[in-house]
Amino acid sequence: MAQIVSMPKLGFDMAEGTLVRWVASEGENITKGAVLAEIETDKATVEVESGYSGVLLRQLVQPGTVVPINDPIAVIGEAGEEINIEALLGKTVSAEKTTTVEKPIGAKRVQSASESPIAPSESPMATPGSLHASPLARSMAAEMGIDLRKVRGTGPGGRITKKDIESYPMKAPGTAMAKTPSVAPIPTAAPPIEFIRETRSVPLPKLRAAIGRRMAESMQQAPHFYVTHEYDVGALVDRRKEINTLLSEDDKLSVNDFLVRAVALTLLEYPNLNASLELKSNTLIYHGEINIGVAVAVENGLLTVVNRNTDQKTVHQISSELKVMVNRARMGKVRPDDIEGSTFTVSNLGMYEVDQFTAIINPPEAAILAIGSTRQVPTVMNGEIRIGTRMKATLSVDHRISDGAEGARFLQSLVKYIEEPLRLLI
Amino acid sequence: MPRITMREAISQALWEEMERDTNVFIMGEEVGVWGGSYAVTKGFYDHFGAERVKDTPISEATIIGAAIGAALTGLRPVAEIMTINFAFSAFEHIVNQAAKLHYMFAGQMVLPMVIRTVSGGGRQLAATHSQTPDVVFAHFPGLKVVAPGTPEDAKGLLKSAIRSDDPILFIESATLYQSRGEVPDTETLIPIGKSKIQRPGKDVTIVCYSKMLETSMKAADQLAQEGIDVEIVDLRTLRPLDMEPVLESFKKTNRAVIVEEGWRSYGVGAEVSTRIYEEAFDYVDAPIQRVAQKEVPLPYNRNLEQLALPQVEDVVKAVKEVV
Repeated sequence: MAQIVSMPKLGFDMAEGTLVRWVASEGENITKGAVLAEIETDKATVEVESGYSGVLLRQLVQPGTVVPINDPIAVIGEAGEEINIEALLGKTVSAEKTTTVEKPIGAKRVQSASESPIAPSESPMATPGSLHASPLARSMAAEMGIDLRKVRGTGPGGRITKKDIESYPMKAPGTAMAKTPSVAPIPTAAPPIEFIRETRSVPLPKLRAAIGRRMAESMQQAPHFYVTHEYDVGALVDRRKEINTLLSEDDKLSVNDFLVRAVALTLLEYPNLNASLELKSNTLIYHGEINIGVAVAVENGLLTVVNRNTDQKTVHQISSELKVMVNRARMGKVRPDDIEGSTFTVSNLGMYEVDQFTAIINPPEAAILAIGSTRQVPTVMNGEIRIGTRMKATLSVDHRISDGAEGARFLQSLVKYIEEPLRLLI
Repeated sequence: MPRITMREAISQALWEEMERDTNVFIMGEEVGVWGGSYAVTKGFYDHFGAERVKDTPISEATIIGAAIGAALTGLRPVAEIMTINFAFSAFEHIVNQAAKLHYMFAGQMVLPMVIRTVSGGGRQLAATHSQTPDVVFAHFPGLKVVAPGTPEDAKGLLKSAIRSDDPILFIESATLYQSRGEVPDTETLIPIGKSKIQRPGKDVTIVCYSKMLETSMKAADQLAQEGIDVEIVDLRTLRPLDMEPVLESFKKTNRAVIVEEGWRSYGVGAEVSTRIYEEAFDYVDAPIQRVAQKEVPLPYNRNLEQLALPQVEDVVKAVKEVV
């Protein structure tokens, strides 16, 4: 019996996706979990996995086609099977109708925004790019520090089993692990673009367009105000250096990892800045979780990866979780869960030698913290000019939710964590 | 050690215990003059007499009811129900009385009784006389359910059962009476409620009991020729269920097949696999497989009956699914 594979829905505001490339060709044998195609959404390029085993009987759309979610893209069945596309489509269309009635896309967005901005992942199994690994393989990988996404599963349906973990090449220096930028600053420089002396026009990449839409919306709707504070980060820098001598090369902590935790802990005192405005109903939603988004530069734009319940995690945990997500984001293999549900965002351009900058709020959040470089500057300490290690941070706040005084107090409260970093290690 | 049949092993256990303790007596249909439907008590009537080897009417409720009464007065009855299929006629007495009296009367009395019965299909006795409803009885707290798969275990466990002060359902397999195994000629008691590794291996754990031990052993021999090293854990007792050896084995192999003669739904496989998932989740490397009887009333026709019962090939196939 032939089965239809449809455009998956990744993330609550995804309405359509572009089929970029077919990975499997017609007539190819497919096991459940095998990658069929790559699709580009507003946010990232992801792989579509087959939910069925069989033969890829028909590719229903050409590469480059924009396909609404739940629309059929492929048919999988048995070799030589006669397929009645109309009958199959009739089936999915009617099935789709029922789901649409229950959960109109627009309504879902409103609902999730009013309950919580953290869109629950709908069905993890159906998520393209999701992993099939046995519980044993998962626990072994966690213990050995292996990223399961790099392991090839040879079990049924591509499941990763003990055997695959055991045969996974453990970090030979300069091989697989070396490819993973470990302590690299979160944003990466865009690849140098070759200048062409000819005026030309190219379609705006999806991600670029999405960023533009959201940022324009934010600037137009949220009246921003900005507050800047300069911190003494000498102790933090020293502490980090000390801790990093104890950690292996790919496990080292960045200044940003400490700052992310500092922000999360400070937000415990400022629920107003961990909130969202629901305009339609004139309500303020105080989020019950502190999920810190970290802006990551990727090809064609930027993504915000989300560290959940950051206030309840150690700096080391935050660091390793962010590393995994940042790597996925850079490889274009981000998962919906990686980028959904932040309640406050941190953007750090410290590695680009910027004194300070202002960031645009990531809607529907209330504020964003823009972090500049750590630099040695003449500083007045106890009436004397000394060399100080300083860092500036600028908070952008939605004036509909909060006011300057609260923003300033937030930055002040941050002082105790940044300048007495032992507090971050408790 | 002498190699004797399962029938001889059970017979020896009964004989020795009756010789040892005059409170032990046997009652059931055809157990006396006829010597037992499966000839287990042949010669007992002549040796121990009608007082201690009692033929009863064809009334299972009467047999169990009388055994409960005798046990309450301090005797140690071994009541025989010709097949477990007939135990349903005595279900009330078994699960509501025998299993609960000790509890209902706050431990004022004990019930040192054994119900011996025969379970399993494969002898063309048709749907109502060929069932394997062992788990139905194992469902009830208060009743111990023992089901050995080797002559040695049968003898050692039956002797322990007779000496136990708890009500025990002792299930024998209809098609194992002729199977032979080594049994120590010195007195050996085997504790109730202990699973046992019957065959060591490293690749896959098979969990089974009773007749399915024999089936699994044959499957393991076949698989060994293909280089798959199977470890077999024999539960021996369904209640209390001893998971220790199962979990230990599973943590080593990470893969399991549960084999039972009864139906799959709500069966031993369901129970054992769930406990593995609960207690050794992080050791699971493949979905646990269950081999069981097809979910139909067991057919009379020989070919159909064999198709419905779990066979060696089914076990081999299931093991290959998980490796």
